[in-house]
Amino acid sequence: MKYIDEFRDPVAGRRVLKQIEGLVARLKPRTAPLKIMEVCGGHTHSIFKFGLEVMLPDVIELVHGPGCPVCVLPVGRIDDAIAIAEQPNVIFTTFGDAMRVPGSAKSLLATRAGGADIRTVYSPTDALALARANPGREVVFFGLGFETTVPATALTILEADADNIDNFSVFSNHITIIPTINALLETPDLTLDGFIGPGHVTMVIGLEPYRFVAERFAKPMVISGFEPLDILQAIQMLLAQFVEGRCEVENQYRRLVRDDGNQAALRAIAEVFELRPFFEWRGLGSIDHSGLTLRERFARFDAERRFTTPKLTVADPKACQCGAVLKGALKPWECKVFGTACTPQTPIGACMVSSEGACAAYYNYGRLTTLRRAPS
Amino acid sequence: MCLGTPGQIVAIHDAAKKLGVVEIAGVRRVTNLACVVDEIPLDACVGEWVLVHVGFAMSRIDPEEARRTLSLLAELGDSAPADDGGLP
Ligand code: SF4
Repeated sequence: MKYIDEFRDPVAGRRVLKQIEGLVARLKPRTAPLKIMEVCGGHTHSIFKFGLEVMLPDVIELVHGPGCPVCVLPVGRIDDAIAIAEQPNVIFTTFGDAMRVPGSAKSLLATRAGGADIRTVYSPTDALALARANPGREVVFFGLGFETTVPATALTILEADADNIDNFSVFSNHITIIPTINALLETPDLTLDGFIGPGHVTMVIGLEPYRFVAERFAKPMVISGFEPLDILQAIQMLLAQFVEGRCEVENQYRRLVRDDGNQAALRAIAEVFELRPFFEWRGLGSIDHSGLTLRERFARFDAERRFTTPKLTVADPKACQCGAVLKGALKPWECKVFGTACTPQTPIGACMVSSEGACAAYYNYGRLTTLRRAPS
Repeated sequence: MCLGTPGQIVAIHDAAKKLGVVEIAGVRRVTNLACVVDEIPLDACVGEWVLVHVGFAMSRIDPEEARRTLSLLAELGDSAPADDGGLP
């Protein structure tokens, strides 16, 4: 078993689809589509890559959520990253996804073209290795991502601390999923019926933190893997809940997600990071306790304390409707600049940058869907 | 970036630092195993499959659970939902 192809088997896929159709037939008659949000950008990517959206019965509408950490980076934080990268003697390291995200004047990619030493890395450990290899330089790592990538950053900082590396720091833009889902559920005009939960975040934090979604907001949620069969099965499990009148947090991704998450990863996060009082999101505004910053004990590894940055809140570009897209209120192709002024080569909003962003996914894979669903 | 990839632990690289070598689609890379050694002791982990995120193994893939999910999917066809025309 390689844990990929088995979960892409088209014959099994057709079986689940049949099951889904059967369940849809048993739903109470409804006037509006059944809106299911996949929170995680990884799911958005898979849904488009495998064309799952077009296979589903019309009554099911998949809404693409805010779980793409690159897409929700506000303009001001990109400007701060650029300000750090432009300081003399700095090697600024980042995951490739963040290179094209537009700041108020330029992106990291353009900043590199202007002469700054910006390098893409695969892992925070690569950034630490660069620090070891360049003792005369300041190496900064652009910490991005939800709880899935936070343990990697935390463990890297712990290693830097243990080895007393004094030219390494992290510009933390790590964010946490629960306050985000909570903020989303508290949006007054939100009309979602259920959630496909983020499999890899849950592998770290476990199932318990999501209970409030079912208990307080009465929305069912199924934690799902990322292969097509995983996602289809998660949708089938959600439909079974609707049909049977249940409302629970269920786990489709049992091969990877334990109910209580990953204790070693949670320990590393708790040791290194603490919650910020609030954190700004692109398009969504400020969300309380949604960002992570380094604890005082690790202050020497905190790029925000080592470097001065503008720290300005910069409004999103006027043309950009990423906020509505991230909340699932607007389909990407309904944005006025989608595919014209805003493309993956010349993104205006960040949802067009990362392959996990809804706009990029629509642009790269979803044009058929767009044609089918767009009003003519 | 958030997409993890399944890979197989093929060797221990540095036991003290909890580093192993993980093979993903034929490519071998030194990978940090600190987050999985609670579940699989280091000396027993060669051969195990893990999910790798940005150079760190984040969870052991449980072959039993994987098989259970697949057999559940295989059974679906045999038990078409009862066509009873609506909710009970
Ligand atoms: S098309 Fe571009 S500007 Fe419009 S919502 Fe998508 S990323 Fe934002």
